[in-house]
Formats: sequence, C-alpha cells, structure tokens
Amino acid sequence: MAKITFITADNESITVEGTSGSVMELAVNNNIKGIDGDCGGVCSCATCHVHVESEFVAKTGQAEELENDMLEFDDLTNEYSRLSCQLQVSEDLDGVVFKVAK
Amino acid sequence: MKASEFPDAFKDARQKEGVGKMNDQDDPVTMVLRHKEVRKCAHQWQAFQSGGEEVGRIVIPSEVKIRDTRQIPFEIDPPEHKSFRDILNPWFKRPLDEDYSAKLATIIEEIVEESLESNNVEIVEEFALKLQSRALTLLLNIPYSEADLWISWGTHVFRSDDSDLDVNKANILYKYIDKQIDLAIENPSESLYSVLLNSEVDGKKMTKEEVKGVLILTFAGGRDTVINAVTNSIAYFAGNPKALAVLKEKPEMINNAVEELVRYFSPLTQMGRVATKDTHVCEHAIKADTRISLNWASANRDENVFENPNEVVLDRKVNPHVSFGFGTHNCLGATHARQILRILLAKLSQKVTSIAILDSKENIENLGEFNRKVGFNSLNVQFKK
Ligand code: FES
Repeated sequence: MAKITFITADNESITVEGTSGSVMELAVNNNIKGIDGDCGGVCSCATCHVHVESEFVAKTGQAEELENDMLEFDDLTNEYSRLSCQLQVSEDLDGVVFKVAK
Repeated sequence: MKASEFPDAFKDARQKEGVGKMNDQDDPVTMVLRHKEVRKCAHQWQAFQSGGEEVGRIVIPSEVKIRDTRQIPFEIDPPEHKSFRDILNPWFKRPLDEDYSAKLATIIEEIVEESLESNNVEIVEEFALKLQSRALTLLLNIPYSEADLWISWGTHVFRSDDSDLDVNKANILYKYIDKQIDLAIENPSESLYSVLLNSEVDGKKMTKEEVKGVLILTFAGGRDTVINAVTNSIAYFAGNPKALAVLKEKPEMINNAVEELVRYFSPLTQMGRVATKDTHVCEHAIKADTRISLNWASANRDENVFENPNEVVLDRKVNPHVSFGFGTHNCLGATHARQILRILLAKLSQKVTSIAILDSKENIENLGEFNRKVGFNSLNVQFKK
C-alpha cells in the first residue's frame, strides 16, 4: 500500500491510500480537485497533469516520449511535470507528494 | 471496401509534404497533417485564431455565407474564451453524474432492445440519430419528448442532397433556437437555455445572441460527430464480432476501446483556423489571413506516434489521439460523447452477439485531392442476440 499526497491549486493537502491502478484513478476516486482524467488514462487529454515535488522525482522516474510530447504543449508544464495516468500506484510511490497543475 | 474499414486518406501527403491543399468556396485551406504540427498549431491560438471577424470561417466547408451568429466559445479566443468556458465546463461535465448516466443508459438500452426485435435496422436514421437526439435532451436538460422534432429534421440539418450547405435548412435550426430562447425567457426552467440566460460572464449578463451562439454550437457540434461515431462503431462490431465477446468478458477494457475507436474513426475530420500573420507549417508558407486546418483524422494515423495506426487495437494503452481536438478549443461535448460511447459499448456487448450488414452506403468527404470515408449515408443491419 502507498500513501500519496496531493496538493491542490488552492493549497489544500490531501493524503490518500492506494494499492493499484494509476495515480490519476486514485485522485479521481478521491475527488481531488483539478484532476479530471477525461480520457480515462490513455494519455490523450492532460487533465491529470501533476508536478512531482522535487525530492520525489527519483521515485516517480521520468516520463516516456509520448507523455512528454503531450506535456510539451501544455502551458502549465515545468521540469517536474507528469501525467498522473501514466504513473502506477505501488509501494514505490509511498510518501510521494504531487502538486496538481491546474 | 469493407464496411468496418476506414482507410487513411492522407498517408502520402502526410509523409511527403506534411500538408495538403483543398479549395472551399474560393477560400483555400492548407491542411496540417502531422500529429506534432497539428498539436503545435492548435496550441498557438494567437498565430492561428478561431475568433476572427468573419463568423463561420473556421468551419470547413465554410459557413460564412449561412451564419451570422458567433458560436461560443468555439469562435472566441482567450482571454474571453476562458470566461465562457469557466461557466460552461461544469454544465458539460454533468454526464459524469450518476443520475445523468443512468438516464443515458436507459435511452441507449431502449434503442438497442428495439433494434434486436427488427430484422432490418437502418442505423444512421433509426439508431444513431435517435440516440443522439434523445441524449441531447439530457445535455440541455429539457423534456425527452423534444427529441421527436429533432429526429424529424433528419440527419442533414445543414446539407441538402445537392449542396453541402443549405441556408434554408440551417435556418430551421437557428429559428428554432431563437424561439426556444424566447420561451425560456417567458417560462424560466432548469434548462441550459435558462441557465445561460441567468449567467454572467465577466460581470455582464449573457445576451440572447450569446446564448444562441452556445446553443448552435451544442446542436451542430454534437450532431454529425456523434452520429458518425455511433454508426461507425456498429459497422466496426459487424466486421469484428469477436470484439463484442471480448468486451463482454472484460468490461474494464471499454474505456480504452472507446478512445481507440474514436481515434480510428476521427468523427470530425478537421477544423480550420485563420493565420494572423505570415508564418509557416512544415516549411510551407502560410500567409496572413489565409486558412489552415488541423486535420485530426490524419494526425490520428501518424505512424510516428501510433504503432499499427490503421489497426483497431481495442486495448491500446497510450493513445494520444486528437479526435476531440487539442488545447484551448478542445471539444466541450467530449464528456457527453464519451459517456454515450462507453454506455453503447457496454450495452452492445451485453446484449448483442453479432451484427450482420445488409446494405451500406458510405459517406465520402471530397477534400481537394483527398477522399475520406467519414461515416455512412445509410447502414442497414440485423442485430443477433
Ligand atoms: S487521464 Fe487523460 S492524459 Fe491522463
């Protein structure tokens, strides 16, 4: 099980627990504001955009090419950007903090 | 060509030139064909605008001659665009509400059940148009019975048999919306008309003309597109009966299957923009005040992005298709459309084992040197339990 924290645009911090699925699904199931997951996780909508808090980048790893291409044309993108639908919930993500981009 | 196949009409031009040309009522269009450039141009709304002076010009075929009302927020650019979108987004996300999707499921189930009883269903008029019209009553939050009138208009609200754009037919819709707005002013309700009439954008009440602009977009943008997506899905399952069994067994695949079918069909081939300055795309010069189009259909088959682009891979995991557009002006009705298709696939896979095609007439778009199958003018089938 992993404890994952989301910080929304209005600075609310919400910690939730998950065992499987994607980080996007975890966020949507917990009604995290700013994460919609419109395309259901196929990397087509960018409504699951998060910024990984810098100290956790080693845990999340880097985005793949198609994910990066998607982020390239998003105005909210920075070097810590990820599409949370492309991140799987696992023990490895325990303790990670994501800032919701929108 | 098999009814279930939808060829890529743009491959050679996409690979060689990156652009294609077509004329449209003496206002030529440079079609942008590669995935990366399509997204890039969609992103650059300042360089390629939607909200220019001439209303209707970004639509292909151009509606400059048949429409004066600006579609909102479609033909407005930031920053005003955002103010309208902020008001509209929550309303257009209602399809995710349990109550809404339950009602949508009832509508779809009824049409599927009815079709199972018939030995010859014409999908475009008797299935897709009905489904789309009845579902639209939910999106507008108005009585279900209103759909009968829209169904009676037939599929071609803007076109007649001999012309791509027909002023008289378009006027039926515009006059109808005018009347509905007046009725909503007299008798306010919980409908989209009333909600918009009571809305303020940037501190100002929305005008009747603005409300009309949103409604025209809602009617027009969601009609042929949803009808194509639904009809083409039926054609796909007719050609691939195993897919129904797979989805029945693995309903968790339905989301990805919907995204993949929408990529493969690209129910809206393209959308235009007007260049605001001299620029270029794929090394082709684009002059200020000329039109480009973002060719979603071509981008969705770009072999640099999609493996086996001309195959339907129902569980395709990474699928950055642009069938709902991209960037600022992405499709406002996407949530509604996705819910329709997700429920449709669920119901079909639960209730239907195979679909036999009895007759079909393809709808081929003629786009300059390109001919693209976008859907069907008619598709007769028999469903089997
Ligand atoms: S949910 Fe659509 S890109 Fe992540």
